[in-house]
Amino acid sequence: MAKQKIYLDYAATTPVDPRVVKAMTPFFTENFGNTMSLHSLGQKAKQALEKSREVIADLISAHSSEIIFTGSATEANNFALKGMAFAAPSKKKHIIISSIEHPCIMESAKWLEKQGFKIDRLKVDREGLISPARLRKLITKDTILVSVMHANNEIGTIEPIKEIGQICRRKGVFFHTDATQSFGKIPINVKEMNIDLLTASAHKMYGPKGVGCLYVKRGVPLTPLLHGGGHELGFRSSTVNVAGIVGFAKATELCRKEMKKEQKRLTRLRDKLTKELVDRVEATQLNGSAKKRLPNNVNLAFSFVEGESMVIELDLLGVATSTGSACSSDKLLPSHVLLAIGLKPHQIHGSLRLTLGRWTTEKDIDYVIKVLPQVVRRLRKISPYKKSEI
Amino acid sequence: MSTRIYTKEVMEHFRNPHNFGKIKNPDGIGRVGNIICGDVMYIYIKVGRNNKKREIIKDIKFETFGCVAALATSSVITDLAQGKTLDQAMMIGKSRITKSLGGLPPIKLHCSVLAVDALSEAIYDYLSKNKKQIPGDLKLKHDRIQKELNIIEKRYQEYTNLEKEILNNVPKNKKKK
Repeated sequence: MAKQKIYLDYAATTPVDPRVVKAMTPFFTENFGNTMSLHSLGQKAKQALEKSREVIADLISAHSSEIIFTGSATEANNFALKGMAFAAPSKKKHIIISSIEHPCIMESAKWLEKQGFKIDRLKVDREGLISPARLRKLITKDTILVSVMHANNEIGTIEPIKEIGQICRRKGVFFHTDATQSFGKIPINVKEMNIDLLTASAHKMYGPKGVGCLYVKRGVPLTPLLHGGGHELGFRSSTVNVAGIVGFAKATELCRKEMKKEQKRLTRLRDKLTKELVDRVEATQLNGSAKKRLPNNVNLAFSFVEGESMVIELDLLGVATSTGSACSSDKLLPSHVLLAIGLKPHQIHGSLRLTLGRWTTEKDIDYVIKVLPQVVRRLRKISPYKKSEI
Repeated sequence: MSTRIYTKEVMEHFRNPHNFGKIKNPDGIGRVGNIICGDVMYIYIKVGRNNKKREIIKDIKFETFGCVAALATSSVITDLAQGKTLDQAMMIGKSRITKSLGGLPPIKLHCSVLAVDALSEAIYDYLSKNKKQIPGDLKLKHDRIQKELNIIEKRYQEYTNLEKEILNNVPKNKKKK
């Protein structure tokens, strides 16, 4: 088996930083209290919860009372769309999303469509960017909400959030952004960007799985999905996952501290990996935008090789990656994101996502630059598509 | 590890596929699948005769674009068909392939169908080119495969044209990057 163990799938999930684990540990054992309890154990948990809320709010220049903790980004996104739809005056039925949202937005929108809401899906250009001008035209007096992700999970494209926020503010509609991939990686300021709702998740930024949050600007009408004991100011009943939330806050604190340096370091590694692979492997191109891109995302189309085969072979060589290819997942459909940016089937099937993170080193990148071209070459040798094109 | 999804046998065929490549002047070619669905399989055969004078698959090779399962099923069917009489080769079914591979994930079972189809098409090609009698089953299979192909081609005219262009005659100087 391979000696190397290189993880390049940080966009899927990240390991929990040991410093985060350390911060969380006491909240499983000695400080296990329920935040709703009146005794000191409960109050200790409550205190940790509120402190965490402040840390997370602070990263995006929000007020702590505007953060609602959830069990995942999926829950937060469902909450944003459905909660807004249910809270809107009955004649308002229109929601706008982009065509490259994460499945939890796409599916929530589809479900709302069945409930009688009208959904518009903004097209994107070849880089994956929505057009603010087109958005402006789509907004009507019946529009409840615009939901456009901050950065795309597959191709890393960073959307013009500030511009979208401005348009929404001027038109008087609410704006939600799914910042799951960008939170803690690039700066976000909900005030400057006119964001009304924002989704984030701990496990994409070295925190634990099972914790997310939804920022909801004060005064934004939202109907809860979970009713019960009135936790999270009545917005989300459920016994509070204190340890998870403390971990989320610690992860946020670390990302904040290291953001500038890490952004620079990863951007350099990202660009090196991209350039070397495009140079070394024929018929290869970068998917998405070269400039408006997350510092840790590389997504390449190696024409005429199949993504799953690449992922599995790289795995045997000790490199963990992922693909937008049909065969990779349990649904045999090509990625809606790669389709939306106009890739041809032979490029979609050969697309590979490599996402970098805190423990990615230059040595890792050099190893991938060495082995990946060999993998592509071998698979192309078996493929009937090689000769004429390459 | 990836070995959880696939059996040891599948991984072995994927890592070291048997009989891949082209046969010069093949007696029959079977081309199935399409790039839209993500699996394309070509099987080339050379037909000879055994000492009982029966027609056999003397040589067989494949070229496949596809996932791990598609590569493994192509590799294994070439092993299974090698040296067999045409009648025996036509009897190789998808379950035989899956069994030889120690099983396939349910979602990948269609890859074994693809391999069977590719071999059938290669034999069909040989028989029809040589004006030999084509068994009814093989004819039916051929019609089904062609019908499926036509549906996809119609639906994705633009892409299939592109595919043909790439496969047949892209000028050398039009190399990308």
